[in-house]
Amino acid sequence: MIGTQLIDDYARNISDEKQQSVISGSAAGTNKRYQVLHKDYPDPDAIRKLAASIKDHTLHHLGDYLAKAEQALVSRGVNVHFASTDEDARQTILSILQGHGVTQLTKSKSMAAEEIHLNPFLIENGVECLESDLGEFIIQLDGDEPSHIVKPIIHKNRREIARTFQREGIAADYNDDPETITRRARVYLREKYMQAQAGITGANFVCADTGRLALITNEGNSRFGMAPVGVHIALVGIEKIIPQEKDLAVFLNLLGRSATGQQLTVYTEFINGPKSANQPDGPEHMHVVFMDNGRTDVLASNCKEILRCIRCGACQNVCPVYRQASGHAYRSTYGGPVGAVLSPILFGSRFPELADLPKASSLCGACNEVCPVDIPIPDLLLRLRDKAHRAHIHSPAAIPMSPFAVLATSPSLWRTAMTMSKAMNHLPIQVAPIKPLQDWLGQRTLPDSHGGDFRKWMKNHKPTHKP
Amino acid sequence: MRDAIFAKIESANAALKTKAAYPDYDMSLVHSLPKLEGSDLWEIFSRNFKYVNGKTMTSVGELVDFLKETKQLHGYCDPALYDAIGSQLAGAGLTVETEYHRDRYDDYQFGITRATGAIAESGTVIIDDDRTSSRLAALSPWVHVAVLDRSEVHRTIPDAIAAFGDSSNIIWCTGPSKTADVEGILIEGVHGPGEQIALLL
Repeated sequence: MIGTQLIDDYARNISDEKQQSVISGSAAGTNKRYQVLHKDYPDPDAIRKLAASIKDHTLHHLGDYLAKAEQALVSRGVNVHFASTDEDARQTILSILQGHGVTQLTKSKSMAAEEIHLNPFLIENGVECLESDLGEFIIQLDGDEPSHIVKPIIHKNRREIARTFQREGIAADYNDDPETITRRARVYLREKYMQAQAGITGANFVCADTGRLALITNEGNSRFGMAPVGVHIALVGIEKIIPQEKDLAVFLNLLGRSATGQQLTVYTEFINGPKSANQPDGPEHMHVVFMDNGRTDVLASNCKEILRCIRCGACQNVCPVYRQASGHAYRSTYGGPVGAVLSPILFGSRFPELADLPKASSLCGACNEVCPVDIPIPDLLLRLRDKAHRAHIHSPAAIPMSPFAVLATSPSLWRTAMTMSKAMNHLPIQVAPIKPLQDWLGQRTLPDSHGGDFRKWMKNHKPTHKP
Repeated sequence: MRDAIFAKIESANAALKTKAAYPDYDMSLVHSLPKLEGSDLWEIFSRNFKYVNGKTMTSVGELVDFLKETKQLHGYCDPALYDAIGSQLAGAGLTVETEYHRDRYDDYQFGITRATGAIAESGTVIIDDDRTSSRLAALSPWVHVAVLDRSEVHRTIPDAIAAFGDSSNIIWCTGPSKTADVEGILIEGVHGPGEQIALLL
């Protein structure tokens, strides 16, 4: 099928301003990450290979480790719940909140909660639910969606944010100085923290041996959101388990560096129970909701390696397609290379609709090269392209590849085509009425074909000296 | 629902021909040697804490000067630290409360609380629920002072993990609260402290 891909259309239609924000934001992340990793470690590759093998081991024994984590948490007074689907997770959280009489809460950034669209659901059900990460707070005010795992408002600039604050009454006047924007959010949000009765978080890791959840923020919003409240609810994907606390050292060192070029994220909190008896601040009740929502389908697929992902966003920063198109072009919670693999299988019922995403890649391999858990993303993209092909789901490709496949598998046809290609130099292809060809040529100048010249040279070439 | 999830995990993994073994690895692989240069743990910690925009101090006098200079004149001090620190601040003209009142969360310009330890390798202070007097007093004031004992500095991140103990809540603070959400520009003091000070007692 010839035509443009949806992601191409998206990239073409986004404003220059937004595209520029995404390009500069993602490039900055990549450069810093390289510098920090190579300054600190002689062989960072060995660490990510180790991280991959720890994750693979955990996933292959997930039932055992999940049961172990559950047991450890229960023994420390934590209420553990399980949710098979997004709807189960939303209802479970709502009923916990109702059980504690919660009407107001703050929520720190959680991709799992984004995935199940928790905020609008809770608000519809009468619970005031406010995002506390600065970027997510702005997203919520705008009714927008995050477009990057780590930098949710990578697509926005300071002028847009200042206008939002003025419009929503966060500030009385327009001021686009980033420091002023941050101070205004500080004043507004801390009042909300103090009024709230509960805090909702995700978890970056869960240690099976002690049940400890590791929760990571730079702003300190999850710490602040939970200090004045009585109830903590953590929504956790079942793939977040790691075998032992000692493995945290491997993952924490990789996560901060890969996400933001920091050795460690500023606030790294470890929680496996309600607050200590002698501590005045903090939740008396802790709930952990372990969510499947398609993860066991991913585990059963031939792309299970994507469950190693620790949500650092490095693959997004480095991807040439992501940089041009932005995260929203991927049409699901997870954008960029990780999303192109994860979304079509995690949201399995949407596979036909999302089957074009694995094609939105040049397979350049940069995503695998930067991945802190060595996920072979290009291989997984190919497996998903194959899956779509077998299911007869044909999304448009920018350039049809089947004629190339015929030529490339027959040496004699290839030779003939090479010789014939010189004829192209004399054909007016720039005016041929084929739309995709015109689109392609619109931004490129095709060099003259020299088909067959190299073969001819090679055949007549005499080596000048013996090796 | 629990059983259904476990059954799906079992059936997904039953198809595996081989299961990956837990890798045998040496923790030194994740030690950052350039960060660990030096022999004195407090010195290594100080260098790395400064790198993440924290400040280290070794006397109460130094703290008094800093608070006066930056006009942070009213704050909270853990009652257990009042004799050693709070009283000296009060003597120098600052006002010090030993109880944190939530309804006046914006009144406290500084908060002095007990740190349970520190990590030299990363420039991190550790606060543990069991031993610190108030989570909020370390969060809402602009200046947080974490009081440390020299013997409590761990050399590496794995060492600090091995020393977790039994507390249900431990937090590592590696510098002031910060964000780069707006155009990638670094701003400190987002929700929590804009100044993170480690005071050696």
